[in-house]
Amino acid sequence: MGPLVPNIISNEFNLIVALIAGIGFGFTLEQAGFSSTKKLVGLFYGYDFTVLKVFFTAGITAMIGVLLFGQMGILDLCLIYINPTFLWSALVGGAIMGLGFIIGGFCPGTSVCAASIGKLDGLAFVFGSGLGVIAFAEGYPMFEKIYLAEAWGPVLINEKLGMSKIVFGFLLTAIAFIAFFLTRLIEKRVNNDQSKLPKKRILAYVSAVGFAFFVLIVIAVMPDRYSRLESRMNQAFAHSDLTSVEVPADKLATEIVNNYYRTNIIDVRSPEAFKAYHLPFAINIPFDKMTDRQWKTILDQKHKTNYFYADDQQLARKGYLKAQFLGKAENYILIESSSDFKNLFSNLTPPDSNASKNELNTYNFRQKAATDMKILVEALKNSTEPVIVKTSKIKGGC
Amino acid sequence: MKPNKYMNPYMAGFLLGLVLLGTIYVTGRGLGASGAIKRVVVTSVVEVAPQHSANTPFIKSYHEEHPGGPLKDWLVWEVIGVVIGSFFSGVISNRVGIKLERGPNITNSTRIIAAIIGGALFGLGSQLGRGCTSGAALSGMAVMSFGGIITMIAIFGSAYSFAYLFRKLWLK
Repeated sequence: MGPLVPNIISNEFNLIVALIAGIGFGFTLEQAGFSSTKKLVGLFYGYDFTVLKVFFTAGITAMIGVLLFGQMGILDLCLIYINPTFLWSALVGGAIMGLGFIIGGFCPGTSVCAASIGKLDGLAFVFGSGLGVIAFAEGYPMFEKIYLAEAWGPVLINEKLGMSKIVFGFLLTAIAFIAFFLTRLIEKRVNNDQSKLPKKRILAYVSAVGFAFFVLIVIAVMPDRYSRLESRMNQAFAHSDLTSVEVPADKLATEIVNNYYRTNIIDVRSPEAFKAYHLPFAINIPFDKMTDRQWKTILDQKHKTNYFYADDQQLARKGYLKAQFLGKAENYILIESSSDFKNLFSNLTPPDSNASKNELNTYNFRQKAATDMKILVEALKNSTEPVIVKTSKIKGGC
Repeated sequence: MKPNKYMNPYMAGFLLGLVLLGTIYVTGRGLGASGAIKRVVVTSVVEVAPQHSANTPFIKSYHEEHPGGPLKDWLVWEVIGVVIGSFFSGVISNRVGIKLERGPNITNSTRIIAAIIGGALFGLGSQLGRGCTSGAALSGMAVMSFGGIITMIAIFGSAYSFAYLFRKLWLK
């Protein structure tokens, strides 16, 4: 599941990704005509709206793609970088950039693009940008107040407008298409252009608009990955017989004593319950948190066997079923609840004098297992402390 | 040879959108440009005037937060890619060549000075806005960032409001 950096693609290889992304970026900018200031500033005098067309099309394409990937469950939208909002510096900075745009005729990306094909004005603009950065760095104390004011964090525009992402997606896409239509009218008037679009082109545009809305509708009606998972799990819960994968406490204890290195004991209860008591070597993966990417390495591996337990049979079974859908690991369920396990091994009561041989054997076995588990836990204390996995945050910027 | 025509803008926009989407999918963040300029500039300042940089809090903290030089920086590599990609596109469309583009009523030196001033304003503004047209506006739009979208509105709104004042730079 994306983003692939840093868990699937390393940070070093990421630099090669940067190079490839840059090549794609530069190529499309230049092909679109962004290496020419005449084309760029045309936007502001109404004779050429290429910038708006390219920019808006790219924006909605990527936006719809991000929504689609998120809904399909192949991109974790909680992990992608959202530019933080600093209200005043965003507005003032934007206004200064706009002034720079109309005077210089470029923005930083397009100036690099222009300089690359030999435009001297592009090169001058890049040089100027460097000066601007130095001016900011040197004068930082002067800008600091506005730079840090009204820090709202990574807020999303749809939240601000009080609508869902998909509704905003529809809205922005509609705005883009209306803008394309209106700017064509303006462009024609400013350039005294009487020409009509060829039929083929009109057909292509109409189908592109249709396709965009079609994808948006698909996103709107498609259940997301987790609700799909949930419904499959509930179905399986109602229909499947899980007795074959249920393991009694004695067997699990033997497994812990002899093969602790090949087992994952997974507690699907809440962190509080886990803290109060948990089985030796248990890892706490609360049921609702099982889909978090940090548990993937446990729920989807082939080296260790996973044993699930909880305080009630229902929850343990649900945890087992969820794990079955989430990964390919070998999973089992502990029949007993955690408190039963505690009673069986921690609060052992010796059998009375007239107990049968069988009862005595069981008692001896449990006592030994309990001591062994205690010794093992003590001996491996440092190496088995649950590792707190930090969720990786992607650093961003312009 | 005559330069080839530019690509259909919607087609180019669609391709650019796919590049951006691919970048977000792989790296979790969008494209950028001004950040790379910043990285190179700050590193150069530190190299040229170490004493001075140590006394300038902004440069000092930025440099400390970004160890390892510009060649360890994602955006620097991305901009190197932009140079390659643009040059390649220029070559296949016959647009490469030393050239200075200017409005019909101004001299070459006016154009160069305007480009430097415009660049300086953009460089300064992009620091305040935490990103430029690519990093804040375009990438912000793709991930529905409120900050990115208001920066975009501010950039284009301001450019439109100043356009009349600077029309002599561009129009007849």
